[in-house]
Amino acid sequence: MMSKIKSFDELKRVQESLKAGRDPKKPCITVCVGTGCLAYGTQKLVDNFREELAARNLGDKIDFRTTGCHGFCERGPMVIISPEKIFYQRVGLADAGEIIDKTLLKGEIIERLLYVDGATGEKIVHEDDVPFYKKQTRLVFGLNSKVDPESLEDYLAIDGYSALGKALTGMTPEEIIQEVIKANLRGRGGGGFPAGWKWDSTRKAKGEPKYIVCNADEGDPGAYMDRSLLEGNPHLVLEGMIIGAYAIGSSEGYIYVRNEYPLAVKNIHIAIEQAREAGLLGKNILGSGFSFDVKINRGGGAFVCGESSALFASLEGRAGEPRAKYVHATDRGLYDKPTNLNNVETWANVPFIINRGADWYASIGTDNSKGTKIFSLVGKISNTGLVEVPMGTTLREIVFEIGGGIPDGRTFKAIQTGGPSGGCIPEKYLDLPVDFDELTKIGSMMGSGGLIVMDDRNCMVDVAKYFTNFLVNESCGKCVPCREGVRRMRDILVDVADGKGQEGDVELLEQISAAVIDGSLCALGNSAPNPVLSTIRHFRDEYREHIQEKRCPAGVCKALITYSVDPDTCTGCTVCAKVCPTGAASGERKKVHTIDQAKCTKCGACREGCKFDAIIVR
Amino acid sequence: MINLTIDNKKIEAEAGQTILEVARENGIVIPTLCSNESLEPSGACRLCVVEIKHGKRTRVVTSCLYTVAEGLTVDTKSERVMAVRRLVLQLLLARCPESVQLQEMAQEMGIGPEPRFTPDSDHSKCILCRMCVRTCEKVVGVSAIGFSYRGTEKNVCTPFQEDSVNCIGCGACAYVCPSGHIEMEATETGDQRKIWGRTFKMQACKVCGRYFAPEDQLAYISATTGVPAADLAVCVSCR
Repeated sequence: MMSKIKSFDELKRVQESLKAGRDPKKPCITVCVGTGCLAYGTQKLVDNFREELAARNLGDKIDFRTTGCHGFCERGPMVIISPEKIFYQRVGLADAGEIIDKTLLKGEIIERLLYVDGATGEKIVHEDDVPFYKKQTRLVFGLNSKVDPESLEDYLAIDGYSALGKALTGMTPEEIIQEVIKANLRGRGGGGFPAGWKWDSTRKAKGEPKYIVCNADEGDPGAYMDRSLLEGNPHLVLEGMIIGAYAIGSSEGYIYVRNEYPLAVKNIHIAIEQAREAGLLGKNILGSGFSFDVKINRGGGAFVCGESSALFASLEGRAGEPRAKYVHATDRGLYDKPTNLNNVETWANVPFIINRGADWYASIGTDNSKGTKIFSLVGKISNTGLVEVPMGTTLREIVFEIGGGIPDGRTFKAIQTGGPSGGCIPEKYLDLPVDFDELTKIGSMMGSGGLIVMDDRNCMVDVAKYFTNFLVNESCGKCVPCREGVRRMRDILVDVADGKGQEGDVELLEQISAAVIDGSLCALGNSAPNPVLSTIRHFRDEYREHIQEKRCPAGVCKALITYSVDPDTCTGCTVCAKVCPTGAASGERKKVHTIDQAKCTKCGACREGCKFDAIIVR
Repeated sequence: MINLTIDNKKIEAEAGQTILEVARENGIVIPTLCSNESLEPSGACRLCVVEIKHGKRTRVVTSCLYTVAEGLTVDTKSERVMAVRRLVLQLLLARCPESVQLQEMAQEMGIGPEPRFTPDSDHSKCILCRMCVRTCEKVVGVSAIGFSYRGTEKNVCTPFQEDSVNCIGCGACAYVCPSGHIEMEATETGDQRKIWGRTFKMQACKVCGRYFAPEDQLAYISATTGVPAADLAVCVSCR
């Protein structure tokens, strides 16, 4: 337990003494225990490392650290050996002893645990040389691999809370706001509203108390940037919030976090307790006279509660329903008081701006979108994970250079950006720079940073149906166009996918979309038609084929396809017959197999299993 | 005073008034399904949308919630506005095909059902305008009914769909219901009333003998106003 730090000077002394006590040359084993890696069973690996180190009496000679997500989730469990930064991936849960004996004690590299570059076939030893990391700018997210999220000492040892000290002792609230405005930090939750201006409005608004809120209700399918930041570096988010509170003039803050993020809830809870004990949160922070505290509020599982007015309603204990926002939250938000809501990643950027200045920050990114953005790269992509790049990086660089392209020799078809409120972008726009403004021009948006990659085996009608159905389930049900209109759109999409589409359905979808956008009460409804509109815009032919020709060219929509065996390529290996759950696929060894259409449920198991691409889907 | 234009008509309004209030004062009809002067606006039905121009920006807003501003230009029947209203009514017609009130409203506006929307059979006549819930909470003050679930599953009911101990049987919910969904049944003699699954005993007027209000409602009024229960046992006509 750390005693209260009473001044910025004392904070500096604590940081220095922590750093002095740490030998940068001392070997250290770092294991990622983000939620992704934990799902691989990494906790067992962690336990093994601890046992093996203890058994060899190496506890004093070798440091061991568990950290939050490093981003390369595709290759977990991951172990980094410092100071050389040797990178081991897909580590077996029983590999701990071998790594200690060979790599740490003898300096040998274990070849089978190295990452193999898919493009060159080369084995890569050091973390910094892995192409996935090499092409990123891991400004905000990079700190995750340097700290144990449960250790305030770790965060202080990398100069954590220096920005807070600097802000409280050397800057007026107005100066901080001007710095954030000058840095042009824009809302990472997807709205892209300039944070500095929002802070300024809240500071100037009449009414007390003023609240600040951290929106950690990340809910886009496939997106987990905010979760990983809160899990991996909660003090960074907290530091940003405290600086913001001081600038805005708020003494009370909330973190609204999804209850489905138990590790994030746990780690931010620990961080808050530690910060209070150390005098970094609570009364008279760092002896400055400024007081501020934070409460955690766990969400009840509604996507719509990421919308600010619904989030406030939920925080107040009411049902999470939005209200019209003709009066801004900066004037009347939580409990009708001036409220400043920013997303996790936005808060996490603040300490960097204060530490290194607006000019430095604004040198990263494009004209109107500054800094970096963390994206969650998922779907049909070789390197699934979290990537952080400067604003303005092209989709092609993200998908092919960092993401390693499409696996299994398939071809790129589209990328869904911005979650259910965003849209699908086809190949011809891959060279567009990703920032707050560019993707909006082609009917999608950057949003909070979800990127779902699709290949030629993804049907765009099916994709639109999936996202629309997601929104039907997540609509709060308050206003008619969203509750009823999006449902009717979903029903039409289901018809189209089932081969019951009618002439004029596409035009009707466009017509309903326009009225839903204009007529809905909140941003969920206003943007709900985007997946439909963007797929129609870029893949209109695919809709036509479903409706007129009753054909699903990607081979996804079950009512429109049949599975058969290509007699020329079938080798009679019997795999299809073995994996078929209904006995539809059958045949004798070394003879061409067949699929009984009456029994086939079109589950796709035969196609997945066939090593010779002999299953034809038409 | 604030100067604005609604449908090319120059209008003066007081600061803080909503577009809907100002339009109605000036004889301009904007259809609504969730607005009632006794209730705070809610913005749920979306029929009252209008297109506004303020400076260079044109957008569709909710007239029951949007307050007037100097120099505002409002179009209550623009193409975008009518597209929203048409969709809203077609969606509600498909949701509640039995509601006569909706059919009449659609007919007045020249809107027919969208053939591609298969009519529902499971929502009866409830359009989820929320007026009953808001009345019960804000006007009556008992919050006997509320919402359960969300989105398409959302429905108005008593807590856990059990008999509400808070309900006083006043029937204000049925009175404000614009689509005829909430039904209140009375016995032939009028000695009992049934609503939300509960049967309420009615008070007979001490003077004329007519059954005029549920006993629970009179007890509630007595408790909240301090008027002795005996004084309330006389109907309005005989008081």
